[in-house]
Amino acid sequence: MAEARGAAADRPRGAAAGARFRSLELVPKAESPQSAKDFKTDQEVRWCPGCGDYAILAAVQSFMPELGIRRENTVFVSGIGCSSRFPYYMNTYGVHSIHGRAPAIATGLAASRPDLSVWVVTGDGDALSIGGNHLIHALRRNVNLKILLFNNRIYGLTKGQYSPTSEVGKITKSTPMGSLDAPFNPLSLAVGAEATFVARTIDSDRQHLQSVLRAAAEHEGTALVEIYQNCNIFNDGAFEVLKDPNTRDEALIRLEDGQPMVFAGQGVFRGPDGELHVAEVTDANRSEVLVHDVHHPSAARAFALTRIADADTLHHTPIGVLRDVRRPVYDTLMADQLDQAVAAKGEGDLAGLLAGQDTWTVG
Amino acid sequence: MTSQVDQSEAVGGSDGGGQGAAPPPSTGGSRPAKPIRRLDRVIIRFAGDSGDGMQLTGDRFTSETASFGNDLSTLPNFPAEIRAPAGTLPGVSSFQLHFADHDILTPGDAPNVLVAMNPAALKANLPDLPRGAEIIVNTDEFTKRALAKVGYPADPLADGSLSAYHLHKVPLTTLTLEALKESGLARKDAERAKNMFALGLLSWMYHRPTHGTERFLRQKFAKKPDIAEANIRAFRAGWNFGETTESFAVSYEIPPAKLPAGTYRNISGNLALSYGLIAAAKRSGLPLFLGSYPITPASDILHELSRHKNFGVRTFQAEDEIAGIGAALGAAFGGALGVTTTSGPGVALKSETVGLAVSLELPLLVVDIQRGGPSTGLPTKTEQADLLQAMFGRNGEAPVPIVAPATPADCFDAALEAARIAVAYRTPVMLLSDGYLANGSEPWRIPEVDELPDLRVEFASGPNHTLEDGSEVFWPYKRDPQTLARPWAVPGTPGLEHRIGGIEKQDGSGNISYDPANHDFMVRTRQAKIDGITVPELEVDDPSGAARVLVLGWGSTYGPITAAVRRVRADGGRVAQAHLRHLNPFPANLGAVLKAYDRVVVPEMNLGQLALLLRARYLVDAQSYNQVRGLPFKAAQLADVLFAAIGTLEENHG
Repeated sequence: MAEARGAAADRPRGAAAGARFRSLELVPKAESPQSAKDFKTDQEVRWCPGCGDYAILAAVQSFMPELGIRRENTVFVSGIGCSSRFPYYMNTYGVHSIHGRAPAIATGLAASRPDLSVWVVTGDGDALSIGGNHLIHALRRNVNLKILLFNNRIYGLTKGQYSPTSEVGKITKSTPMGSLDAPFNPLSLAVGAEATFVARTIDSDRQHLQSVLRAAAEHEGTALVEIYQNCNIFNDGAFEVLKDPNTRDEALIRLEDGQPMVFAGQGVFRGPDGELHVAEVTDANRSEVLVHDVHHPSAARAFALTRIADADTLHHTPIGVLRDVRRPVYDTLMADQLDQAVAAKGEGDLAGLLAGQDTWTVG
Repeated sequence: MTSQVDQSEAVGGSDGGGQGAAPPPSTGGSRPAKPIRRLDRVIIRFAGDSGDGMQLTGDRFTSETASFGNDLSTLPNFPAEIRAPAGTLPGVSSFQLHFADHDILTPGDAPNVLVAMNPAALKANLPDLPRGAEIIVNTDEFTKRALAKVGYPADPLADGSLSAYHLHKVPLTTLTLEALKESGLARKDAERAKNMFALGLLSWMYHRPTHGTERFLRQKFAKKPDIAEANIRAFRAGWNFGETTESFAVSYEIPPAKLPAGTYRNISGNLALSYGLIAAAKRSGLPLFLGSYPITPASDILHELSRHKNFGVRTFQAEDEIAGIGAALGAAFGGALGVTTTSGPGVALKSETVGLAVSLELPLLVVDIQRGGPSTGLPTKTEQADLLQAMFGRNGEAPVPIVAPATPADCFDAALEAARIAVAYRTPVMLLSDGYLANGSEPWRIPEVDELPDLRVEFASGPNHTLEDGSEVFWPYKRDPQTLARPWAVPGTPGLEHRIGGIEKQDGSGNISYDPANHDFMVRTRQAKIDGITVPELEVDDPSGAARVLVLGWGSTYGPITAAVRRVRADGGRVAQAHLRHLNPFPANLGAVLKAYDRVVVPEMNLGQLALLLRARYLVDAQSYNQVRGLPFKAAQLADVLFAAIGTLEENHG
């Protein structure tokens, strides 16, 4: 049995010098190469056959070895919902918690253990409805968390009610005459909540999904990755237009940092009103096509990008990293304050604390 | 002048008949002019507008009194509004202090001295004053308008309605302004020092040491030295006023109390609780992580712990109550001593996460500083009505141990005890303090650090189970056979990767299981773990050995109950007393104790929550005595209840 770790022993700084990913500098490196198999558990995966979650799980399992960190220093935290079963299938440490609260639980873990790589797996109901408050506050604090938001635009585990990302008028069991609520755009919400990293990808495109995970892992602070995920039981084909070889090239804007935002002969332009819009690229306007800059300091630019897709048809949906800016990381700042306090006042002396300033002695 | 009426809470023992009538000791030194009377105890209440600085005044008088060596007990009482409309009854803020030359248990039933800074303060507090009490009023505030505002048809200082009291009419504002004439301060700023003038006057009356207050003022206003000096000048002017004016003919001496040997300080419940948490972290070797959302009357713990980052304490002010406990639980999963602090409404919000902690079987402290409820209720007043919420307020069978401190200083030990249980049994623990303990204060014998309990914990470091095929594995729900605690395996430990969650788990392996028999087993096992927690036996105090009535309390009623018991015994009544610190599980001997008495009286500041548990569990006819006034019981009131219980018994059976 190991001795309890002391207050000072929980931050093995420098233990992982030279780690490949900036956000994982404090996480101990793996001693030998890992494979996807190392991250699989012996638990039977219990999602519905054909669920998009399978593809995401496989993509994540085969991506994790790339991080080059010790498996035991990796933690997956989830809330409640179909996606939240995810941790049971990852051979790391994991907590399957309660509905909506995963960002809060992960915040406490990440803030007290900078030597861990902490991932949150959540869904559109979990993150944006019951847990909306925790999501936005995690984003503004910039805790070192990687949040994977599986968005299938429906409640799956409760069998098919509309979600906060369902389109207006959605017919479900709870909305037989159509839903009345305007949906959230998760990425607009994230940018508005001061997120420093915002990205979107699609369950079926493993290569793209992994490229986004790579960028998220690289990012210091909270990374929000929205993953469009198909629920083949209650909302089948919700993202088909983005997947069908006949439509996807027209519908998707694949963002690449430093590259002009062009797709299928069209490009992204800034209009006279400052709004972004899509138009055909001609020789005359080719030079005006906007070049994507993930590090652009303006949140307004990122916000405009999140609004460019047509909410009804999903045409012009940008995927890839929309925003990736640097801001001090909450857990690092918290640890620094502890160090500063020790530097200023010395290590805490319990006897001195208990005695205080005004004492008197009897007998 | 013999107006210092002794509202004795206890007439036996050293409290016996102490009246202040002792001959004045020989006066000497620099204070030859006026006679000095010796008292054994005094109750003073400072009352004024919420903006008058009464809490600060009371705090300072308390510090002076503590450093003088009296035993003491305090009761701050203030409105929830930060600045209620000036001069109104709802805006009155008060601070009561009871101090003595012997050990005392309560802030006192009724003040001997009332300092009333305005008509509202007089009107709001007069009903609590016994005849003969001294009243010091700030006459400057007794204007027609101020009197009308609180419904005084005539000036009570002039109409003879206060003739039963010893009234000191002091123009506190005028005198303060006069004293600060040369200070160069604006009138408004100068006027604000009138509480320090009052403090100086009272400090003279009761021979309090003054250097501590002067030092305090210099520190508090370090960045505004002119304000510091003005306050000190007002404070000294108040002292000198007492010494020179004829209105105050006598001053009083209350010799230091004979407390057990040791080094003492004055401490409030919330401060003691904060220190207890830091001490628990130190003694367990775990870093302390507090996740909390501001709420009255618990916020002081968040403030205090935030000041001690050099102890490795992490404090996280969360976006809401749920995130506060969530973060604490996340930190606990990572190997920290996770704590969340709140009051009743916050516990309601946290209950789902407490349930998760029950299921995850991780250590977690949930500190509930109870206040008047339901809903927002009485945020700044005390109550004990969260017991059943702590006990049962979750879905499913989710047993949680409950520990309740008895006095402000006891909050220190209770925090350590709650941490012991949480860490040893891997369970969330409810620590039930309340507003009275939180803000009240008393002298505390400072413990030696090595006297504190050893809470060291061992994390799991390797496999704990052998499968049929001979392979060694780690099973997160394989329990310690003695405590039934599961292993605490923290991330970063190689080979122990495991997943836990709120879904029912297979015994041992911890894998998801919906098996009916397994669920039944797990529910019973979690209950058995809590039921099996080792807690000390309940001690009964019955010097006569012949009492037939037992008074049983829990939490902050300890002071008033004990004071009442002393009174009853001093008057020849026989009563046994016991006080519960552990509400779940109960001490093993509780049933036997209850059955040994013909009558069990249970005073509570709720409508009978402990009594309900006792009746359900032990089938005893526990008699409730209840009050939910937002204030602690008075000793006299409880003494009457106990006399009545003894009396009925004698009529029926005697």
